[in-house]
Amino acid sequence: MWQEYLFPSSVEDALAMLAEREGRARLVAGGTDLIIQLIEGRRAADCLVDITRIAGLDRITLEDGMIVLGANVTHRQASESPLVRERATVLAEACRAVGSLQIRNVGTLGGNVVNAMPAADGTTALLALEAEVEIADESGWRWVPLPDLFVGPGVSRVDSTREMLTAFRFQALGERQGSALERIARRRALALPILICALVVTLSEGAENFESARIALGPVAPVPFRASQAEESLRGAPISLETMARAGEIATQESHPRSSLLRASKEYRQEVIKVLVRRGLERAVQMAQKPGFSEKPGF
Amino acid sequence: MYPLTMTLNGEAVTVEVEPFDLLVDVLRDKLGLTGTKIGCSEGECGACTVIMDGQAVLSCLLPAMKAHGREVVTIEGLSRGDELHPLQQAFIEQGAVQCGYCTPGMIMSAKALLDENPQPSPDEIEEAMAGNLCRCTGYLQIVEAIEAAIESRSGKGLTWLAL
Repeated sequence: MWQEYLFPSSVEDALAMLAEREGRARLVAGGTDLIIQLIEGRRAADCLVDITRIAGLDRITLEDGMIVLGANVTHRQASESPLVRERATVLAEACRAVGSLQIRNVGTLGGNVVNAMPAADGTTALLALEAEVEIADESGWRWVPLPDLFVGPGVSRVDSTREMLTAFRFQALGERQGSALERIARRRALALPILICALVVTLSEGAENFESARIALGPVAPVPFRASQAEESLRGAPISLETMARAGEIATQESHPRSSLLRASKEYRQEVIKVLVRRGLERAVQMAQKPGFSEKPGF
Repeated sequence: MYPLTMTLNGEAVTVEVEPFDLLVDVLRDKLGLTGTKIGCSEGECGACTVIMDGQAVLSCLLPAMKAHGREVVTIEGLSRGDELHPLQQAFIEQGAVQCGYCTPGMIMSAKALLDENPQPSPDEIEEAMAGNLCRCTGYLQIVEAIEAAIESRSGKGLTWLAL
């Protein structure tokens, strides 16, 4: 059990606390996953460095067309932010699907990503949004593409005993773009997903064809997964039930859901992928076709 | 040991805690407030729900140190002497209590909702209560109790924040 509990007041402060303890201290944000892992001995730390009181890490802003979210933004804050709901709907929907309200009030997006579970809702949405992640360590700050962080189930490249995920950024969705999160679980709250599918579509001028589509699926591989062949099948394809259903078929073929006592059988989950991809595409297209989208200066 | 200072049920409290103590254990074992229950100890059941800075949180997943400088309300903070909070009264009247183990957590989730949103829709009530499990009642009476509490408040012209 951790014998020290610290509240740094800045990122630099937090990194110094970690460095001083040479791998024996670990960052904690909401702690909704980490505390259980520590109690059960799945992770270890002699000291917890609590980053939730560092100013500015809970910001949600629009900067030069990019949405920037601090690592401490909670699932509740992301799901209720007007900016996220309007310009990154898939992320708002994903965050609203996580755990229960009590978990969403405390658990952060940064924690969701660092914890690196292949079924993480927020992470899957950020993957479809092609988010970049800001990492700070003693040598400085850098932006890295989100997919670079994942090594395996529960293992991310962010080493919370020496570095810190500080922010996310991605292009805010605009005209002719739409997004959606589709999820199936045993119940509608407090249940790990049997499958999730996060989608972002861009329609062509005139909105008759897909210009591009991004389809992220979880958990169908050891790390969060993009269905790149299904995405390719939609490039320039006409918007029709047929093309959307075909994308679902292709996504099923290229992903490898396993049978799991926790979730469901492989066969069932393969069928579900088809449905979720098609359903998600339909919703995202509907959103993209809505007229009158405009840059909102109010955010 | 760390000195933890918080506002607990309206009063300033300082208590010595271990860095690894969880809020629920400090409330129950060090402060004697056993109304907050431990169900699953892993954030699945909601029995340990308390309100921190206006939001429902799970005290079994919360290092006690996170409450330092914060305002915490537990089920013990709701009644005024012998006078029950309208939510407590409604839970009794609507038969929303059977074994009672989930009740404190249920009421704290309901209070957090109504403090923020005095007129929630049925969907909003369900969403706010989805993290609280009950093995006895079947939930219907619980939702009805919350709706009854909303009615009784409107009748008396009270505001939740004043309660």
